[in-house]
Amino acid sequence: MAEKPGKKEKIPRQSMPEQKPDVRARNFEEVPFGLPSEAAILEAQRCLQCKSPACVEGCPVGVDIPGFIALVREGKFTDAISKIWEMNALPAVCGRVCPQELQCEGKCIVGKKDQPVAIGNLERFVADYERKNRLAPMPKKAARTGKKVAVVGSGPSGLTVAGDLILKGHEVSIFEAFHKPGGVLVYGIPEFRLPKEIVFSEVEGLERQGVHLECNQVVGRSVSLDELFAQGFDAIYLGVGAGLPTLLDVPGKNLIGIMSANEYLTRSNLMKAYRFPEYDTPIIRGKNVVTLGGGNVAMDSARTALRLGADVSRIVYRRSRAELPARAAEVHHAEEEGVEFHFLAAPLEFKGNEKGRVIGMKVQQMELGEPDASGRRRPVPVEGNVYDLECDLVIIAVGAGANPLLTKSTEGLQLNKWGYIVADPVTGKTSKKGVWAGGDIVTGAATVILAMGAGRQAADSIHDYLMRGW
Amino acid sequence: MFKIVNRKEMAQGTVILNEIEAPLIANKAKPGQFVILKADETGERIPLTMANTNPEKGTITIIYMVVGKSTARFKTLKVGDSYMDVIGPLGKATDIEKVGKVVCVGGGTGVAVMHPITRANKLIGNDVTCIIGAKTKDLLILEDEMRAASHRLIVCTDDGSYGKPGFVTEALKEVLEANKDIKMCYAIGPVPMMKFVSKMTKEYNVPTIVSLNPIMVDGTGMCGGCRVTVGGETKFACVDGPEFDGHKVDYDELFSRLASYFEDEKKCMEEYCKLAEAAAKL
Ligand SMILES: Cc1cc2nc3c(=O)[nH]c(=O)nc-3n(C[C@H](O)[C@H](O)[C@H](O)COP(=O)(O)OP(=O)(O)OC[C@H]3O[C@@H](n4cnc5c(N)ncnc54)[C@H](O)[C@@H]3O)c2cc1C
Ligand SMILES: Cc1cc2nc3c(=O)[nH]c(=O)nc-3n(C[C@H](O)[C@H](O)[C@H](O)COP(=O)(O)OP(=O)(O)OC[C@H]3O[C@@H](n4cnc5c(N)ncnc54)[C@H](O)[C@@H]3O)c2cc1C
Ligand code: SF4
Ligand code: FES
Repeated sequence: MAEKPGKKEKIPRQSMPEQKPDVRARNFEEVPFGLPSEAAILEAQRCLQCKSPACVEGCPVGVDIPGFIALVREGKFTDAISKIWEMNALPAVCGRVCPQELQCEGKCIVGKKDQPVAIGNLERFVADYERKNRLAPMPKKAARTGKKVAVVGSGPSGLTVAGDLILKGHEVSIFEAFHKPGGVLVYGIPEFRLPKEIVFSEVEGLERQGVHLECNQVVGRSVSLDELFAQGFDAIYLGVGAGLPTLLDVPGKNLIGIMSANEYLTRSNLMKAYRFPEYDTPIIRGKNVVTLGGGNVAMDSARTALRLGADVSRIVYRRSRAELPARAAEVHHAEEEGVEFHFLAAPLEFKGNEKGRVIGMKVQQMELGEPDASGRRRPVPVEGNVYDLECDLVIIAVGAGANPLLTKSTEGLQLNKWGYIVADPVTGKTSKKGVWAGGDIVTGAATVILAMGAGRQAADSIHDYLMRGW
Repeated sequence: MFKIVNRKEMAQGTVILNEIEAPLIANKAKPGQFVILKADETGERIPLTMANTNPEKGTITIIYMVVGKSTARFKTLKVGDSYMDVIGPLGKATDIEKVGKVVCVGGGTGVAVMHPITRANKLIGNDVTCIIGAKTKDLLILEDEMRAASHRLIVCTDDGSYGKPGFVTEALKEVLEANKDIKMCYAIGPVPMMKFVSKMTKEYNVPTIVSLNPIMVDGTGMCGGCRVTVGGETKFACVDGPEFDGHKVDYDELFSRLASYFEDEKKCMEEYCKLAEAAAKL
């Protein structure tokens, strides 16, 4: 081990330059600027090029991490992107939004004693380099098979399936309910974390390869699965996400100014309400905002509120800091920008004024009790410890469920007790012949990379089916 | 792109009819369902009920009142212009069964939404009395169409400038008194109108369907912005509705929530009017 190149001199983990917290908290530009090439090469030198790399085990889609990092180290950025593309079609997205600290970087050997290799930042660097320079050869398309596949939903999982199957020679059409493609990447994750231009450029790439994109198609309403089969599609992939907001059942829940994160973020991101009145869709610009929840969705909401002019933006979370499910980088960025955290706190009631607008809430202080079935210590109320918070906007980001619009209107599709589609964990096959499913609509709200991984597996299985049978 | 093939102004230019090319939607739509339209890149998603569909021609018809910036922008679209996005059909279709005598009450642009429901009731063999109302004669829409779609039509104006003077509820009371065998009431119009119609039909024990118009974004049950309280339960109007049991709806909550963006909308409209004026001077 002592002979490995990275060991000779100790290079510190290279950090990306970023906008200053007080500046960026008031604009929607992306927070980090990305690594300069010299820094990327230095960072790549920190990799030990392990023989059995732990990082790859941590990667849900098995990207050849030491492989691409070795190419970065040699300055072969274009070869590096081709290497990543073998396993991951959306590296510019994943480099920005994957929870690397739980995946590749969490496993990296260097991380045992020092900070791990900045795999996510390198992935992002390579993808951005390619988007700017466009030097990599496009993957080759197989000969036409004459088979037609319908992909429902244009989130990361649907895009992966479409990208894989078009290369295998099939005809692919994506049906998307919204007027723009991208799923959560476009309507949920804000511009300051994932510029929309990146997502649209990925989608354009697919269209250049020959994928048909049909927006404004609410499958289940505009057209049913059986009608798609009747139109000549041979297979259908359902990647419709977990698009059902969880609302709270406490007094005052329907006051003006209490809304789901889905609504708040969709208005801001997809409808560009942050540029109102240039864009027509309005959004409530709270001065004193409370976001309920502790995941990425909550961080995105609380940080959006700051950018829309909030004086105070608070996160109220039922459990403690250790349980925050958000990416570490997002929690860090939120804190830097001035988001206040109230841990072990649960809403009891919302209070409104005579116009029906929310003006405050009652909060129950909690403490950690006995571990529950999942082994996590359950928060329990502290008797008598209830306090008031003033607020003029409350964003509910406590999770998502399965949207029944398509699933409930489709016969022969088996659902579990929460309404998610039952699909084979390896192939993605559902109980309905010719129909596959993957991503959040199977697993419940999860991550971009897991949705993509499910898409890759389903694409392989669909290809098998089209060439050989069910 | 969804091209406008026919356009009409009604009620002194405050209500506009657009017939739009949308063959897939025209083919699928049923009475009571709605579409969401977006005029252009910067536009808002606006829900409007389909007042008519023509599957042979591949068109749908919407009738809307100009109330704010988005509908004012829609008004500037001429025959040959296009909407960038039209999504639908959305929402549940109206349940129409052969029951005997029914009464249909429409107020304002609710009359447009009521038109296909009225016609469908007549077609299925119900005896249809129709009551339509407007603030004043000049704002009344679709009188001839509604007369043809029903067996008898009663027109009311709030200011008495035409037809029966007074609110539609007064005419409804007379109809309910004279016809104790009315089996069903449909009421579509401004929230206060639906509230008072429902209150009255409840006294007469006549089941009542209303069509609610909360603020919407996606129209697919994804945001919860359109939530309404019906019989103490939270419902999403875009997927569970837009039609509900009129006797169970919390109208006051709906009315209050419709004002969510009142200040922003006013500002947006004022700026738009300024721009439009400036453009007109050029
Ligand atoms: C605000 C927010 C922040 C997040 N941050 C992160 C993060 O930092 N890192 C991370 O890994 N994950 C994050 N996630 C989770 C991640 O985005 C999702 O797990 C992932 O997008 C799921 O992908 P998908 O393809 O299954 O579905 P989605 O991305 O949800 O896409 C589904 C698509 O299907 C469309 N659709 C739905 N119904 C129909 C229908 N009937 N007909 C046609 N189309 C339909 C929808 O409009 C949508 O475009 C975040 C999620 C949110 C909401
Ligand atoms: C299912 C449904 C069917 C409808 N059908 C018709 C119809 O057939 N004809 C018709 O004239 N109107 C209909 N409406 C109402 C119509 O959508 C609103 O009048 C329109 O959105 C106003 O937009 P604006 O920008 O012009 O006005 P704004 O200035 O935005 O608002 C004026 C008022 O309109 C209401 N409103 C604003 N935005 C929305 C929104 N996104 N959804 C609902 N209401 C809103 C609010 O009460 C607001 O105070 C329907 C609404 C729904 C939900
Ligand atoms: S575990 Fe870390 S050091 Fe080893 S190959 Fe992966 S990134 Fe390089
Ligand atoms: S409009 Fe979003 S849930 Fe109904």
